[in-house]
Amino acid sequence: MTADSNTINIAIQHRPNKSRVQTFCLDLNLQLPGKGITAIFGESGSGKTTLLRCLAGLEKMLGGEIHVKGLVWQSGSKIKPIHERRVGYVFQESSLFPHLSVEQNIDYGVKRSPVMLSKPNYEKIIELMGLYSLLERFPEQLSGGERQRVAIARALLIEPDILLMDEPLASLDGRRKQEIMPYLESMHEKLDVPIIYVTHSIDEVARLADHLVVLQGGTVMAEGPLGEVLANTDLPIKLGEDTGVVFEARVAERDDDWNLLRAEFLGGELWVRDGGDSLDQSIRIRVLARDVSLALSAHTDTSIINRLWGRIEKIHEDEDRAMLLVRLVVGEVRLLARVSRRSAHQLAIKIGDEVWAQIKGVAILR
Amino acid sequence: MYMVAFRNWQFIGLVLLTGLSSVRASIDADEATIAVASNFSAAAQQLAADFENKSGHKINLVFGSSGRFYAQISNGAPFDAFLSADQEKPLALVENELAIKDSLFTYARGALVLWSADSEKVNNSVDVLRSNSFNKIAIANPRLAPYGLAGNEVIERLGLSNDLSKKIVLGENIVQTYQFVATENAEIGLVAYSQVFFTGQLSAGSVWIVPEELYDPIRQDAVLLNRGQSNRAASGFLEFVKSHEGQTTIQSFGYRAGES
Amino acid sequence: MFSEGDVTAIFLTLRLATTVTLILLVLGAPLAWWLARTNSRLKGPIGALVALPLVLPPTVLGFYLLLALGPNGPIGQVTQSLGLGTLAFSYSGLVIGSVLYSLPFVVQPLQNAFEAIGDRPLEVAATLGASPIDRYFSIAVPMAKPGFFTAAVLGFAHTVGEFGVVLMIGGNIPGETRVVSVQIYDHVEALAYDEANRLALLMIVFSFLVLLSVYSLRKKSQRQILSFGS
Repeated sequence: MTADSNTINIAIQHRPNKSRVQTFCLDLNLQLPGKGITAIFGESGSGKTTLLRCLAGLEKMLGGEIHVKGLVWQSGSKIKPIHERRVGYVFQESSLFPHLSVEQNIDYGVKRSPVMLSKPNYEKIIELMGLYSLLERFPEQLSGGERQRVAIARALLIEPDILLMDEPLASLDGRRKQEIMPYLESMHEKLDVPIIYVTHSIDEVARLADHLVVLQGGTVMAEGPLGEVLANTDLPIKLGEDTGVVFEARVAERDDDWNLLRAEFLGGELWVRDGGDSLDQSIRIRVLARDVSLALSAHTDTSIINRLWGRIEKIHEDEDRAMLLVRLVVGEVRLLARVSRRSAHQLAIKIGDEVWAQIKGVAILR
Repeated sequence: MYMVAFRNWQFIGLVLLTGLSSVRASIDADEATIAVASNFSAAAQQLAADFENKSGHKINLVFGSSGRFYAQISNGAPFDAFLSADQEKPLALVENELAIKDSLFTYARGALVLWSADSEKVNNSVDVLRSNSFNKIAIANPRLAPYGLAGNEVIERLGLSNDLSKKIVLGENIVQTYQFVATENAEIGLVAYSQVFFTGQLSAGSVWIVPEELYDPIRQDAVLLNRGQSNRAASGFLEFVKSHEGQTTIQSFGYRAGES
Repeated sequence: MFSEGDVTAIFLTLRLATTVTLILLVLGAPLAWWLARTNSRLKGPIGALVALPLVLPPTVLGFYLLLALGPNGPIGQVTQSLGLGTLAFSYSGLVIGSVLYSLPFVVQPLQNAFEAIGDRPLEVAATLGASPIDRYFSIAVPMAKPGFFTAAVLGFAHTVGEFGVVLMIGGNIPGETRVVSVQIYDHVEALAYDEANRLALLMIVFSFLVLLSVYSLRKKSQRQILSFGS
């Protein structure tokens, strides 16, 4: 395994002691990007949390390799103790020290950090997480979302080489999730630290991730840049109604009359609802397969405003036996369309055909 | 229904029979429960066995501290007779009208020895006490135990009170005092003759038998309690203890005879 | 109201209970911590050993201590080779006996308190750069504060009320080993019931007040800790 200074390299073969399933074994070999957010996605029991714990050193492995951006955390039986790794860890549930105030909680890590944190950096993170007004309080006086923000800031402030987040939103209700999501997104934009983000929510994956690892039964089922993995119709994990693709686009034009934005991407353009994004800004767009229908010619007599011309790359069985999943190549991006078997039969589409994709709905994720 | 009734009759019959048989037994023999100071337990067991063989009565012995027995008897404990380690408590029971005055007698007199678990230490003489060549001397608490009182007298009459005051440790009773010396936490101690001599033989260590003139007699008194007034086993046992045969047994356990 | 002997015994008892409680907190906390955290096969045997004084009658424990402290006993051999002589009938011996006797009353509440903390806060502390010893002092001890409170109270109260062991290894030396419980016993045995009653009443009132104040304090601190955690 190469110790690349810009990647995170993991080789693990580990059977956890406390596993409920006796036969469970985490068995994987990964090279992850040393920046951005890598989502680890999978059902419960797939080994997501175990992977995170192994990375941090909370789970003792007899062997294996963990190299983080050129630093060796474990090589065989040579193990660097947890407290000597600079690893930020945000747990699923609130994990603030109850006997310390918010400020003391945050300073707990700062005081023990081997590097001196610059004051501007400190203030930047406190501000990023919106904690200025909370510093004097104790954990009992905070809402669930506020507690998670403190926990995230606490982990970030030790200037970790890597930030590990174990379903940080799972213990929060819908409103609190929405409250904290912008903090996570801005963290992604403004900080350099690579983040490994464990989740079983495809929405969180779509909004936050750049890179995606799909785990099942302790092994890697799919891995790669987010857009590629999501467009992979062979994905063993069935997302059902949430099946769809995500790609990056750029705001190219604002139409104030109709309150729309024209978003350009490599292969076409889409009109999307004007969410206030400024011109030239990069946005993330999600198109669900169920919102895409196919036509052999361009229909102008419909209410649908977005039509893209593409070539059929793959036709795949859907988990719903009345439906098919069709993958199109549109310029550089892939689109998924979910159509009924009968329509496919009537249109007589096959791989290689060129068709119009009519897009009913587009979501701007950020 | 009939079955149940029958069974009930059977049960009642059984109860009646058992009751009758115990009544019958009590025509022939009584049963007595006797409180005995723990220093006298070995001798008392021998006495009780001999007495049971002779008389057919049944004797239950309970061993413990005399002070505790006094408190228990004062509060209605079911004892028929009391063999105390001293004279004070049986007398107090008589004064409080809990015991029969006429039955009071001295059943044994204790003898005191200076003993060490080390077979070289005492050498059958008082020298070790005078030379002060030991770490601690254990005696029973003079306030609680007649042997302790006697031990104190010995030290006083030898004129060693000042020399030894820093070296004295107190056992709550003569049994504990013996343990202090036996475990060698105290190198020497004033213990009961009956604790270290068995049928005239010194069991271990070395000893000096303290001359009788160095302490007032350690009289152990027995008394029949109100509860045992009409219990023939209790009164019979006390008579047996007083008898020549009983006194001989007591002497064989290392005590002097009760009445001199 | 109290004789000089009684007053000496009262102060001796307070001094003994305080010393023993402090020693037990210092020694018992790491032991309880180890018992709470370890997966070692020795956990069972050591835990059982700590709990033994709960089972053994105090006079039995005292008797074996007497043997152990004696010149041929294991503790006696050590103290003699250190030039300390034997420790029976001394205040130090009494302290050793009381520490052993009250050990479970201190270790068990501490162990429960440490176990109640769970793994998570310690894992968090580790990822924030705290070494194992650092975690113990900065997280485990402060979070187990109610447990330390209970342990101190039980250890103190139990030492004040201790009798059998003291009786066995004390030797009843005024100002050195004659504590209140022994003094009361002596009064009772000597049929000095008035003196016994006065001293016993004092002991009951004192113990009641101590327990009352700490229980009401504990309720307060427990409420705090509980609401922190939720």
